[in-house]
Formats: sequence, C-alpha cells, structure tokens
Amino acid sequence: MKVVLQNLTKKFPGRGKKNAGEVTAVSDLTFEIPDGELVGLLGPSGCGKSTALNLISGLLKPTAGRIFFGEDDITDLPPENRGVGLVFQNYALYPHLTVKQNILFPLQNLKGKDKLSRAVMLSKTNEAARLVQIDELMDRKPGELSGGQQQRVAIARALVKMPGVLLLDEPLSNLDARLRLQTREEIRRIQRETGITTVFVTHDQEEAMSISDRIVVMKEGVVQQIGKPQAVYDDPANLFVARFLGTPPINVFAGQCRGGRLYLGEDAVLGVSGIADQEVYVGVRPEGFVLCETGSLSCEFGSVEVMGRDISVVSRHGASLNPTVRSIISAENRVDAKDGTVRFSLKPQKVFLFRKETEERLYGEITE
Amino acid sequence: MKKRWRDSGLKGWLYLLPAILFLGVFMVYPLVDVFVYSFEEGYNSASQTHFGIGAYNYAYVLHDPYFLQAVRNTFLLVIITVPLSTVIALLISVGLNAIRPLRNLFQTIYFLPYVTNTLAVGLVFMILFKKTAYSDGLINLLLAWFGGGFVDFIDGPYWAKMFVLCLYTIWVVMPFKILILTSALASVNPQLYQAARVDGTPALRIFMRITLPMISPMIFYLVITGFIGAFKAYSDVVALFGTDLNAAEMNTIVGYVYDMLYGDSGGYPSYASAAAILLFAIVLTITCINLLVSNRNRNHLQGR
Repeated sequence: MKVVLQNLTKKFPGRGKKNAGEVTAVSDLTFEIPDGELVGLLGPSGCGKSTALNLISGLLKPTAGRIFFGEDDITDLPPENRGVGLVFQNYALYPHLTVKQNILFPLQNLKGKDKLSRAVMLSKTNEAARLVQIDELMDRKPGELSGGQQQRVAIARALVKMPGVLLLDEPLSNLDARLRLQTREEIRRIQRETGITTVFVTHDQEEAMSISDRIVVMKEGVVQQIGKPQAVYDDPANLFVARFLGTPPINVFAGQCRGGRLYLGEDAVLGVSGIADQEVYVGVRPEGFVLCETGSLSCEFGSVEVMGRDISVVSRHGASLNPTVRSIISAENRVDAKDGTVRFSLKPQKVFLFRKETEERLYGEITE
Repeated sequence: MKKRWRDSGLKGWLYLLPAILFLGVFMVYPLVDVFVYSFEEGYNSASQTHFGIGAYNYAYVLHDPYFLQAVRNTFLLVIITVPLSTVIALLISVGLNAIRPLRNLFQTIYFLPYVTNTLAVGLVFMILFKKTAYSDGLINLLLAWFGGGFVDFIDGPYWAKMFVLCLYTIWVVMPFKILILTSALASVNPQLYQAARVDGTPALRIFMRITLPMISPMIFYLVITGFIGAFKAYSDVVALFGTDLNAAEMNTIVGYVYDMLYGDSGGYPSYASAAAILLFAIVLTITCINLLVSNRNRNHLQGR
C-alpha cells in the first residue's frame, strides 16, 4: 500500500513554567512511500523520527497535515482501524503469554464479519511463525527467549494480520552487533517475501543504508534529504546529511574558493568553476584521498590503522574542523612519512562544497 | 583457628544474634508459652499453678457459644470485606490511572483516610450512624428522606451492625490498597497498551488479558494481607460497639481472647490461649491456601 504524508506537523505543548513554549517534534513532513518499498527514517535522537512513525501508526494525532494510505485519507482514524503492524524498540511482548498466544492476540481481536475460526487463526499464527523462523519456540514465554528471538516474535505478531503497512521503531537497537547484522538481513528478507510497505526508524545510518530502498534523513523535525541510500551518500544536500552518513564520517575542512581554485588552508587542492569566490566548508569522504608524493594536500602524519583490506591513515591538517583527518586507502599502499608529513591528492567526485552561512550544498564543477 | 571460625559460619550467626535475640524473646517465647498454657487446665497466673494437662481448654472454647459467635462474625467480616475492598480499590485505581487532570488531587483525597486519626474516623461514623439525643444519625435521616423506617445501626439488629462493621473495615483498608494498586498499574509498561491499541484490542479485553495479569502479584499480596488483617480485627469493633462485645453479638476472635484475659468475665488465661492458638491455626491454614493458589497462578502466568 502506498503511504503519503502531506505537510505533517506535530507540536507538543510545553511542560511547566520553565519550558512553556510548544515543542515542534515534526515540521511540515511531506513524502511518499511507494507500494512495497522499505523506507528508513534516519536521524540523530530527538530528530522526530519516532514521532513521525507514531503519527503514521495513529498513536499520535498530527497538529496539521494529512496522511493517506493508498487513496484513503486515514488522518482521523484511530490506530486499530488503520491496519498497521507496529514493532517496538523493546518489543512490548506480553510477558505472561506464550509466543503462540502473543501472535494469536491480534487475530482474537477481530470481530463481526472479520472474525476467524480457531483453525484459521492457528494456521495464520503458524504461518507467521514460520516466516520469522520461530515455529519451534511456540510454547515458550518471552522471558525465556533471547533478544533476537523476541524481536522475531514481535515481528510475527505485527505481521499476522497482514497489515497494509509495517512500522518498525528502532527494531535492532537492543541487539548485539552480530545479531543486529543478521536480523536486519532477516527483516529485509521478510519484507521482500511479504511485499508489505515498511517504515523503519533508526539512528544508525549503516543500518538504514544497508536495507532501505529509500532513506529519509531528518534533523530537528525537518526532512533534510530523501533518496536512494547510495544517491544520498554520493550527493548530500547539506553538511548535516554529509556528516551523518558514512563510517568513518566525512572529513570537513574550512576552505576557500578563490580564482577558480579550492584552497584548504594554504593548499590549493582542486579546481572549481561555477562557484563565486567565497569561504566554504569542504567535505571530503575518507575514500576520496589518494596517497601521492606530489599531492597538493599536505598533512601532519599521525598513525596508521590496519583494517585488513584497507588501511586508515590518521593525520592532522590546520584547516580541518575534525580533530583528525581520516582517510581510507587500499592496503597495498605503503605510507611513507619520513619527514612527518603525508601528501594526498583528492578525488573530485568525493569532495563536496557547502555554503558557510547556511551549510547548504554549493553545486559547481570540481576538477583536478 | 581463624579458618574454622569462618567455615562453621559462626560469624554469620554473630551478625544474626541481635535480631534472633529480640525475635526469640518477644515473638517465639510468647508463642511457645501460649501454646503451653493452652494445654494447662485451670492455669492461674497469680499463683502460677494449674490442675492438669489436656485438651479440656479447647473443648471448652469450642463449645462456648460466645466463641462460636466470634468465629462466625470474624469469618463473615473476612469473606465480605476482603474481596469487596479489593475489587472496589481496583476499580478506583483503574479510574485514577485513566484520568489525567487532577489525578494527584484525587490520589491525595483517596489516601487521606490512611493518615487520619482513628478518633476522627470514629467521630465521622458516629455522626453517620449513631442515634444521639439530637439526631438519629445522618444515614437514618437519609433513610427517612426516602421513606424508609428507622434502623438502629449501633444497638439494633445483627445485620445492621454487621453492615456498619463491614463498611467501616472496607473504608479503613481502602487507601492502602488504592496506593498499592495505583503504583502497580503505573508500573505496567505503557508500550504493552500501545501494542494492544494498534492491534485493535477492546478496552475490556486489554484489562482482562493484560492489566490484570500484569498486576496480579500485587493483588495476591493485598488479598493475603487483607485476610490476615481482617482475621485480627478487634479495635475497630470496640470503636464502633463499645467493650461489651459479647452482649452486642459483635465479638471477634481477638476480642474473645481479650475478654477471656482482661474482660469483665475474664481471668482465664488458659481459655484465652486455646482461642489464640485456634485463631493462629485458622490464619495459618488460610494463608497457606492463599500462597498455594497464588503460586500456582504465578507459575501459570510465567509459564514455569
């Protein structure tokens, strides 16, 4: 089912005398999720992504704006009439019920013409359990399951009614690193198999990039950029998005466009055209550095971190806003830092310019 | 030497000693003593003598119509007030939990009786029920308003007195139960309710299938302590009906024990001891049954 958010705004009333002002959690949110896609809502904590999810689920009422499922305006419908499945960060399984009873629970709520026979309910429950591969744990209580297993039960419970939209609120944040990797692939597989339109909230950019068809980057309630993960990474709309995506994070320098050249401090590193002379922020992806004896960017050598396939060169540069400049280069390179400096040349397509005042992207042509 | 000290656990006993001493002197010794008295026939506390050893004290107490009356009253009180007060407290707590504005105010109001002086409470009940030279009591005024006849709640028929006693008991235990239940309700993970709402669960089903099981340990706790408290009822009865409870047909088991020791017809420590041991046996049995039921329920809830 297609999901459309139109100018969605949510304001919370201030609390007490100290914070009397309203808090705008989500501001003018507009985007469309095509049928069957998995969309990652991404942003730092407090950016309004969970609020946006709760607006879609109906647990919160928007202050302004409309929500459509398909062609239907469901803004004023209560959550139970929206046909959504919701998975909570800490699963919210009913601790006193078995796995089977937990998954059955939503089906037993159906009344009137939707009421199912016991046999149909059981077969649907088994089907959902098989989908998330917990059919051997049906008689256990949630307390006897690992975090990953509980997560699967929560997903099965959300899926058993075959909702039009599946909402996942930070579903992986309570799992350890290895399980997180495994479960996110699992979520992707389940989503593909069922074809349910899915919204996934996370603060982990790697997680969002790896499984989403499309990501929505948010900051302080405002959408910063929407697009395919790779496209957003390769073409960030502003400094915030550039900084938020990518591990290790992007290197940011204070730079200058002067006479068709881009300067980082005193190093003229690249040529620019189509951008007026001005002070700029320069973002350079770690993989945008090339070790080069005659390179134009000269940094004070710090250390080398070996990561197997790649090595990471940590160095310092006067114009860098980060304490260190981190570059990732192929492990075949030898780092030669006899005199305490390393020299790099930069790949133009990995360098982004941002207006100093607004931190918005400056589009121009960058050349070697 | 040092090692043996630690191995034998003597140090642990040393730490336990003060508590054991106090419990022993003020709890265990009197209990054993009472048990011994209850088998000593015709014990006289002044001369410290008795005629013989046997079960006569028990036989006497069990055939004493006043004791049987006291047992009947106590059981009635327990059976009526414990379930009723728990259910009403649960309803009020759920209501308190559901309202947002003025919740603190209402919580304070419902808790006030807990910190109110017993004398003040007694006074209020007197105004409500007692016939004085000036009025027949507020409840009787109301009854007259609706065309009912006069009922003497303090010196009148048995059921009227039992009604007042039960009402008083329920009212007195209510604040504590509400306090416990509201905090139990507040500790239920709100996401469980959100999950249930998204799944379209009707309110009654949420209450029966989620709320009740989640707070059931606290309900069991209240039932058990409620049973014990009601079995030990005495001072409330005195406050309402005076000290001559046998004449008023409103005696309780604890009241009977007290009367046997110190009352106008008192001076029989052997009979008092036998009655006390019988009460102990009753409370022990009921508590064991309660624990068994609650354990089975808890295991059922947690699937062990």
